[in-house]
Amino acid sequence: MVKYFAKRFAMMLIALFMIVLITFVIMHSIPGGPFTSDRKVSEDVEKALNEKYNLDAPLYEQFFEYIGNLLKGDMGPSFKYTGKSVNDFIANGFPVSAKLGGITIIFVLIAAIPMGILAAIKNGRWQDMTVMAVATIGVTIPSFVIASVLIYTFSFRLDWLPTYGLDTWKGYILPVVALGGYSLSYLARLMRSSLLEVMGQDYIRTARAKGLTELKVITKHALRNALIPVITVLGPTVAGLMTGSFVIEKIFAIPGLGVHFVNSVSQRDYTTIMGVTVFYATFLLAMVFIVDIFYCLIDPRIKFE
Amino acid sequence: MEPVLTVKNLKTSFMTSNGEVQAVRGVSFQVEKGEILGIVGESGSGKSVTSMSILRLLADTAKIVDGEVIFGGNDLTKVTNRKMREIRGEKIAMIFQDPMSSLNPLIPVGEQVAEMIRVHHKELSKDELNEKVFELFGQVRIPEPEKRYKSYPHEFSGGMRQRVMIAMALANRPELLIADEPTTALDVTIQDQILKQLRALQKEYETSIIFITHDLGVVAELCERVIVMYGGLIMEEATIDDIFEHPKHPYTLGLLESIPAIDQEKANRLSPIPGSPPDMTKPPIGCPFAPRCPYARQICASECPEYVNINDTHRSMCWLLDPDAPADNNPFYSL
Repeated sequence: MVKYFAKRFAMMLIALFMIVLITFVIMHSIPGGPFTSDRKVSEDVEKALNEKYNLDAPLYEQFFEYIGNLLKGDMGPSFKYTGKSVNDFIANGFPVSAKLGGITIIFVLIAAIPMGILAAIKNGRWQDMTVMAVATIGVTIPSFVIASVLIYTFSFRLDWLPTYGLDTWKGYILPVVALGGYSLSYLARLMRSSLLEVMGQDYIRTARAKGLTELKVITKHALRNALIPVITVLGPTVAGLMTGSFVIEKIFAIPGLGVHFVNSVSQRDYTTIMGVTVFYATFLLAMVFIVDIFYCLIDPRIKFE
Repeated sequence: MEPVLTVKNLKTSFMTSNGEVQAVRGVSFQVEKGEILGIVGESGSGKSVTSMSILRLLADTAKIVDGEVIFGGNDLTKVTNRKMREIRGEKIAMIFQDPMSSLNPLIPVGEQVAEMIRVHHKELSKDELNEKVFELFGQVRIPEPEKRYKSYPHEFSGGMRQRVMIAMALANRPELLIADEPTTALDVTIQDQILKQLRALQKEYETSIIFITHDLGVVAELCERVIVMYGGLIMEEATIDDIFEHPKHPYTLGLLESIPAIDQEKANRLSPIPGSPPDMTKPPIGCPFAPRCPYARQICASECPEYVNINDTHRSMCWLLDPDAPADNNPFYSL
């Protein structure tokens, strides 16, 4: 088992290296650079800047220098914001995004799993119809539309909740709902279809034939089996929610990490692009790794080989 | 003696988008104490639905439309869900066809058997439960019960899983065991072992068994009495000797002719019954077997025959047994 996870860990590192390499190459092949701007900069200045940040060196040299610094934990200075390092961005932004994301995940799980279970048990009845209608809205309407509607209703019309900021607990409510809407709907649908499938299995009939109550049949025999696909998608979902969303953080003026994913690219802020990509990739791979461990705990059929 | 189970005029239908599928259309039979009753028929004859109706284990779309299932003085079609749960597993247990999918893949087999006992005997301690499970595993010949207790279903072969199912079914010494094609998914040698064990345990536990199968060979080996079902109706009911020696229904004759014999010559091919079972959304007005019956006459398709009692334990539903039936081309006159 230790050997299996050691192997998985090694493969994770290889994957991470490939992600860094590919992102680096693609990023440098996009026309323009960090110091390209509308205002004409004199050639001397551009040359001096490129020299300062070592951008005139061959690409492979830059790459190995970057990897070297990365291994030391240094993601480099931002090319756009003088005096700020990419480490600062992550250290300042991630806790904010992670807190919002963490609360969102808890909200999503608490809501989606019971909704899915209810819909499956009441298959075809009004409870099922309601859950499925809400879930369909959630997966089809983009988060910024949901956010706008929420702000209009609860902040502007009813004046119950603030329109921006995370200063009080009330500030979290709208961003959490807007951010979690899609995952909530997706997971509720997945939970429903997974549980419905499991409830049709022969071993559920066996459990009923034992004289178990329907509650026991569901909690002891059906749920664990039905949760396996849900756990699978939970890894990427957690990584996605906790590293911040550009749209939601923009709308609610949240100083999180999400903004850097988009701005760094449009600004060709090389070190920031690399930094947030490496950070996200590491986080995602770690989550997938944790999901694998959970698999082994929940399903005895998965062997450590 | 009082029969263990009495089924009276049972009718079960499935409500589908194509209309009502009348799977069982008025079935009556009794199961005596300690006997093994076989129910034979091809797929779609209603034999499984009959057995599932007894324990009310049918899908949500199915409905018991009419009839009574008398067990222990109660009509099981009318008792509360709570009462039904007390009977399931404790008084009436069931073994299913596919041992591969009938056990929960995430729970150790020993635990699944222990659960069967625990549901109905909450007073037992964990050690007592384990003891009982080890004993049961020993009885169904699962080697090294202590070690196997913690194994998962995927670590077992099909035959071993079916032994687990049998151990589970017999755990509470039920009065009635319903075995729905328990050996169909197993290969022949394992099938034979399982049947022998089932019979030995049945003697020891004095359990009555309803054994559902499409294999008359298995019936011959195991059962004392047989019900032959077709199109949701009982075509013939008789002792095992009468069925094989004096069958009184063309469908039974057809089934018997389709059993391969070991000394059969190559030139004599098996004779299958031509055609396929009726569409139960529009069940035939007459005898359901009429379209496939080599002896069918005009009346067969237009009117369903009454049961004719050949002797105390033998009845059959066929126009050929009618006193006015013609003697020529009548297999039951020549037999």
